[in-house]
Amino acid sequence: MYVAVKGGERAIDNAHAFLAEERRGDPTVPDLSIAQIRAQMALAVNRVMAEGSLYDPDLAALAIKQARGDLIEAIFLIRAYRTTLPRLGHSNPVDTGAMAAVRRISATYKDLPGGQVLGPTFDYTHRLIDFALAAEGDAPEAPRAAPLGPVPRVTGFLDREGLIEDEPASDTPPRDLTREPMELPADRALRLQALTRGDEGFILSLAYSSQRGYGRTHPFVGELRIGEVAVEMDIPELGFAIEIGEITVTECETVNQFTGSKTQPAQFTRGYGLVFGQTERKAISMSLVDRALRWAELGEENTGAPVQDQEFVLMHADNIQATGFLEHIKLPHYVDFQSELELVRALRSGLREAAE
Amino acid sequence: MSNLSSFSRAQSLGLLARAPAERLAALFPEAAAHTVLRGPETGAVMVRGRQGGTGAPFNLGEMTVTRCSVRLACGTDGHAYVQGRDKAHARRAAVLDALLQTAEAARLTAGVLAPLAAEETARRATRAAKAAATKVEFFTLVRGED
Repeated sequence: MYVAVKGGERAIDNAHAFLAEERRGDPTVPDLSIAQIRAQMALAVNRVMAEGSLYDPDLAALAIKQARGDLIEAIFLIRAYRTTLPRLGHSNPVDTGAMAAVRRISATYKDLPGGQVLGPTFDYTHRLIDFALAAEGDAPEAPRAAPLGPVPRVTGFLDREGLIEDEPASDTPPRDLTREPMELPADRALRLQALTRGDEGFILSLAYSSQRGYGRTHPFVGELRIGEVAVEMDIPELGFAIEIGEITVTECETVNQFTGSKTQPAQFTRGYGLVFGQTERKAISMSLVDRALRWAELGEENTGAPVQDQEFVLMHADNIQATGFLEHIKLPHYVDFQSELELVRALRSGLREAAE
Repeated sequence: MSNLSSFSRAQSLGLLARAPAERLAALFPEAAAHTVLRGPETGAVMVRGRQGGTGAPFNLGEMTVTRCSVRLACGTDGHAYVQGRDKAHARRAAVLDALLQTAEAARLTAGVLAPLAAEETARRATRAAKAAATKVEFFTLVRGED
């Protein structure tokens, strides 16, 4: 229970002024520009876009500045902003097969058409602090090579031989958790929407738990690709579809252990991750969690692992919902507490009287 | 876009949407007389993906988009949908879309669309070339006695 309490207005105004000053920090240090954050804190910007569920790098960079680098607070700002936008429609599903990939690797095939393309990765760096970065300086230009050919889907190779479960295309309009409350059980489309905007740390830990044995899925990264895809939308006033922009996404397809029976030949199964921006850890985690949540349709045993429990996963993946409920407990609960205080006193005095 | 001298209406609208706003403004600073029919208005478009890359659609998340519709003095309408929140960008693209349906088309194709397409192609080629340089070239070490 909450009670309106007056008298905090001046304190709140002054707290906000103090916050603004602290945000700016030492005034002898140059102010950060949005362009600097967008360009040089790009992976933070990507995370804010993915979990804010709104692709707009400039806005995400501004939110990071306003939130003093607190990414969940920045995500909160983006979520609040998006509620003010009218919905102009939906895009056609992006064609990740036609991605202009800057990174594309497979852990299942060494030599594959299109090759292993490492791209701008932290992998194989030594994770040693690079003190040279503390001094200002321009990075040397990256080497170039003759462009590569097409990069066909790895799961496509398996699909042609019937070695992996089918992923039948359809045009069924997906349910949208931003337009209707989430109802359980949620179908796969709704689960993927919740996972792609879910908290990276939570999704990562769930994926890790499944690797450690809590609902095992035996994943191989069939393919991981990062790059730009065109976003195309049907425009009613034109009567045809146009490209309205380009976004960077990370896609992960895992190849997992089998289904099959005496009558049905064994097949690999799929897990899928697709996330805004260069967000590799999140996309891999998402594909593991997606796969684990499919236990029922694949006829697997429910071992009671958290990652297999849709309600547990979907109702706790959103860091803005979680933060809202968590942080509300710091708001005044004076009356609730008074009543508990009286109860404790009554219990204690009852015990004392009984003892006497 | 292999042919830089002609663009379908959908191709030019895509090119105008993807173009950096400041570059478009530099190439097309003029403001042909027009009335605004709608907007410019910023909203969100829900971007969809497909399960497994090829299967049933799901909602990936929204992106900001600004749209605008204009009418020229001659009565030709132009429409634009551009990524982001830049209203001047959307309006400029809508005016260009209208003008590209008039006798101005050839001049604007050469003066605006062709350079935008060439620059976009160059930008993409540069990124693709840098990615290509990170392709792993495997070689096998000879093992054993013979």
